[in-house]
Amino acid sequence: MSSPILSVRDVHKSYGTGQGRFDALKGVSLDIAEGESLAIVGKSGSGKSTLMHVLALLDQPTSGTIELQGADTKKLRGRRLNETRNKTFGFVFQQFFLTANASVLENVILPLKIAGVGRGERKRRGLAALEQLELADKAKNKAVNLSGGQKQRSVIARALVNNPRVIFADEPTGNLDSATGAVVEDILFDLNREQGITLIVVTHDEDLAARCDRRIYIRDGLIVDESRGAAA
Amino acid sequence: MRTPDLITSAIANTFRSKTRTILTILAIFVGAFTLTITNGLGTGINRYIDDTVGAIGASDVLTVTKPAADAATASDGPAEYDPDSIEGAQQGPPGTSATLTALTPDDLTALGEIDGVLRVQATKSISVDYIQHSDGTRYVIGMGSFIPGQSIQLSEGTEPDQDSSELQVVIPESFVEPLGLDSARDAIGQTVTIAVSDAERTQHLVDATVTGVSEETLTGGTNAVPNEALTDALFDAQNVGVPEDQQDRFAQASVWFDTNSSDQQITDLKDRISDAGYTSTTVADQLGTFKAVIDAIVLVLNAFAVIALLAASFGIVNTLLMSVQERTREIGLMKAMGMGSGKVFGLFSLEAIFIGFLGSAIGVGIGMLVGGAVSSALAGGLFADLAGLTLIAFDPLSVAVIILAIMGIAFLAGTLPALRAAKADPVESLRYE
Repeated sequence: MSSPILSVRDVHKSYGTGQGRFDALKGVSLDIAEGESLAIVGKSGSGKSTLMHVLALLDQPTSGTIELQGADTKKLRGRRLNETRNKTFGFVFQQFFLTANASVLENVILPLKIAGVGRGERKRRGLAALEQLELADKAKNKAVNLSGGQKQRSVIARALVNNPRVIFADEPTGNLDSATGAVVEDILFDLNREQGITLIVVTHDEDLAARCDRRIYIRDGLIVDESRGAAA
Repeated sequence: MRTPDLITSAIANTFRSKTRTILTILAIFVGAFTLTITNGLGTGINRYIDDTVGAIGASDVLTVTKPAADAATASDGPAEYDPDSIEGAQQGPPGTSATLTALTPDDLTALGEIDGVLRVQATKSISVDYIQHSDGTRYVIGMGSFIPGQSIQLSEGTEPDQDSSELQVVIPESFVEPLGLDSARDAIGQTVTIAVSDAERTQHLVDATVTGVSEETLTGGTNAVPNEALTDALFDAQNVGVPEDQQDRFAQASVWFDTNSSDQQITDLKDRISDAGYTSTTVADQLGTFKAVIDAIVLVLNAFAVIALLAASFGIVNTLLMSVQERTREIGLMKAMGMGSGKVFGLFSLEAIFIGFLGSAIGVGIGMLVGGAVSSALAGGLFADLAGLTLIAFDPLSVAVIILAIMGIAFLAGTLPALRAAKADPVESLRYE
């Protein structure tokens, strides 16, 4: 196994203070190897989404350290933190978060736009990502006119367009029927296997979790179980 | 995100909710339109005054009079009789006249010795009985004075030649037809007869050549304007029979100073003249009150327009707050993807500025069209007598200032929503349903 891309040590995260204090994470330690696929499994309220947000550097842990490729992420601030997120991570959300009235291509190239990539380069890479997900013919369509599966494939294209090292997928099939969901799963695991992109899936779906190399189970802010080996 | 991308994104976002944007733009439009019209009114009237300044007097000349010693203390009891006292004209606003002491050649010498005075010339006031052309009807006319540096708004011909020994005169346009001259063009080169009475009630007739026809303006143009030779001829005729020591009495004199003088230097010069016992006014002084009144009216009108703009700016705040609310998740996503808070702020601020730009550009554009149409309609109707008056005029600078100011107001209005967007926490925003 290669060196960990993300290394989490005794991370706590709590919201609020005093009586209203709520501990979402109560000391989580975890290593994620480059190129592996990991499922974070738990019921809603278990702290799995918080763990993902902390891993994706969207949220700062109350205590504990997160190392990205061996470097402490606490030192990342402002512009460098934004740049790191932009270049390293891709996001796939259950609710898609597509801008309804913009074209599919416009939606897909958003991370490149934020990164400050030139217009021509943006279009080229955006179309390449759509090509890869067999959506090239929909590039000019408005996002609102796509089917659920097409929407989620656009979202994956958007996550891919910046050549990220890690893709975070938060309930990626939650809004899809099982047939379309399976197609989207196949795409994500193909990317993981063929391009070596680390895949971190947050889910409560056991079948989806079973396809990952490794699963960690979270309950009440703690890792309660861990298992290895992919089902298929 | 690069700045051009930020701008194009902001513009694209503006049109995402068309109805809301259009309503906000309409609100700004009302303010911008009003501001354009009121400002145009000020510009138009002031420009007209500036254009006619030349007709009132040259800019490097002071008009000097000598106030009667006891004029200001009239309430102290019966005033002593002063044989030199004369009724002065053109002192302050029309309708008022102060009792003046005539200027004598001694006064002129004294004025010439004041530091900063380049030249002194007495204004010879002439009272004409009538003007007549080739035995036609005789008409009463006023005789103005003409000093170098002054300009007359001519509709035809040239200004009288000051250096010529020929007797020349410019007549007002309204006298052309009554005098029996077919048109302003035909009047040039014709001879008119001017009659003056001397001290012994004897009438003297002087013939002069018409060199030009003057337009009627707000500040004059109803008087005939002679050249120096004609002035002297008429003045001499008028003074026949006046005792030697009573001749050369003048109501006012013109004093020339350096054209390049600063306002401070002019004020200093006026102080020195005042110390010597004379009163002096520049053309700017005479116009100052006039312009101040117009500026004050325009200011009040502008204030109404600004109130309309303030109301519109709350519309911008409202529109953008709704927009931020609607796009909470999008903002969260962009932040998750590494967009900095500063850029998010910029995105929404630019949207506000763009809304302001659209509203002001449309308002100013339509304001200029309407203003132009109204003033050309008025110029042909109500103000037909005031040739050269464009009631609502626009200069590029003030139009640009209006647009920029409204964009500035829009930016300020946009800061509150933009700050809210910039502060949004990506995790919270992504959770927002």
